[in-house]
Amino acid sequence: MSSADIYREIILDYYRNPRNYGKITDPDIAQRDSNPLCGDELEMHLNIKDDKVADVKFTGKGCAISQASASMLTELIMGKDFEYVKKLTKEDILDNLGLHDLGPARIKCALLSLKVLKSGLYSYLVDKLQDTASADKIKEEASGLY
Amino acid sequence: MQTSFINIENIRNDFPILKRKVHKDKPLVYLDNAATTQKPIQVIDAISNYYLTYNSNIHRAVHELAEEATLAYEATRDKVAKFINAKNREEIVFVRGTTEAINLVAYAWGRQNVNKDDIIVTTEYEHHSNIVPWQLLAKEKGAKLEYIGVGDNGELILDHLDKYLQTGKVKIVAFSQMSNVLGTITNSEEIVKRCKKYGVRVLIDGAQSVPHLKVDLQKLDCDFFAFSAHKMLGPTGVGILWARKELLQDMVPFNGGGDMIREVHKYETTWNDLPYKFEAGTPNIADVIGFAAAIDYLDRIGMDKVREHEMELTKYALDKLSQMKGIILYGPKDITKRGGVISFNLGDIHPHDLATIIDEDGIAIRSGHHCAQVLMERLDVSATSRASFYIYNTKEEVDVFIKSLNRAKELFKI
Repeated sequence: MSSADIYREIILDYYRNPRNYGKITDPDIAQRDSNPLCGDELEMHLNIKDDKVADVKFTGKGCAISQASASMLTELIMGKDFEYVKKLTKEDILDNLGLHDLGPARIKCALLSLKVLKSGLYSYLVDKLQDTASADKIKEEASGLY
Repeated sequence: MQTSFINIENIRNDFPILKRKVHKDKPLVYLDNAATTQKPIQVIDAISNYYLTYNSNIHRAVHELAEEATLAYEATRDKVAKFINAKNREEIVFVRGTTEAINLVAYAWGRQNVNKDDIIVTTEYEHHSNIVPWQLLAKEKGAKLEYIGVGDNGELILDHLDKYLQTGKVKIVAFSQMSNVLGTITNSEEIVKRCKKYGVRVLIDGAQSVPHLKVDLQKLDCDFFAFSAHKMLGPTGVGILWARKELLQDMVPFNGGGDMIREVHKYETTWNDLPYKFEAGTPNIADVIGFAAAIDYLDRIGMDKVREHEMELTKYALDKLSQMKGIILYGPKDITKRGGVISFNLGDIHPHDLATIIDEDGIAIRSGHHCAQVLMERLDVSATSRASFYIYNTKEEVDVFIKSLNRAKELFKI
């Protein structure tokens, strides 16, 4: 896709004015990852209440795609129940961003946030809920994103 | 198109890849030469000619093909020695690249000579390949790794070196002759001079310098020197380690295997002569032979001319770039102190976004941390964009580059 299609008003807006940017004190889930190839960094914090995302925030450094993707993902999952978050796919993320046919290098930027989210979810499922069955599936999914 | 120094049109004709289009119909503007350069037809032909007409293993067989291959392989060693003005051909060791050369020194020399509480000195503008091998060595030996800092002018702060040398604990100082991010040309002779006073060994990473400057090992007077073929028109997978003969003689082998031995018995082995002691196994014969064609090519142009051409292009580009609103340029302002590498940031456009946008116009630049995260921390940025030139680049290409940067600014509304 052309860069005029990628860097639309909405992506630039989320890049420059990211929603839900920041940290949560004592979060239920805290997950950080970086893209070793380009150095993009992302950290997500979530609070879970009654099996729902009660709050979610992120901090990070990186390109417009990675930062807008993270910010839009936080909006997507805010208030949603656990099952919804578990089922999120990379297609959902790309649909939400309106980005398709990104090259192999740039698609990693778009999916870093989902990888962080799924990895965080995995730890939460294993450590707090001892739910290894669905956790393993999520771990596999997260590692397949790169 | 012609600068006052070299006939670029003739040169460009030797590079088939420069005729290709990218993104359907955009002429390729290749400005990622600090990562790897393109290859002239002479290099490609030399490699293909080896495979087509005299492919065989070297050094042992007595048939005609093997003799031809051995001669061609060893002729490259002589060319390399002459190109960097090394005294002895047996001081030239073929490896896979600069990274392997530095690892070889850290392993084979470092393990024997660096001990607990010793100091290894490197700099803040090193490539990861001149940091990580020393970190590994320091950890293994309980030694300390210290850094010569980078000043705001993009140059090394040599007072830091003096401070470390005065402790009397420094065993080796390893630094790049030209920064792959800032383009800074290190005052190498001065560093070597200071180290010699304390009897400290010096390793110079010449990956960015040998392709662009005349390098004279006799003048440099260092102990180890490393560089790569693929950044100077040659093929990937070939690097050079040069080291003083007496040091190589005392060092243990890096890899054990065929060709590096004199006699092998069940429980002990004697080593082959230099440099073969460090060239275990079948080497990258074809690409070493191809590298000779690259050296010939650069020799024909003359390294002084290469440097003059790049200085002119860099000056042209820097003049234009510095006029752009919102640009931050890194590295020395003095053109005589830098090579043809320009790192920058433009407004709040992240380098990856910038590289994606200008790629659409056919322009290949590098974006990211350039395997120099220690320097990124020092500059307090997560990434930069980097354009780097070579002998086939033109002022017209710089114009296309600038125009494309302006398009990126428009897209990002800055």
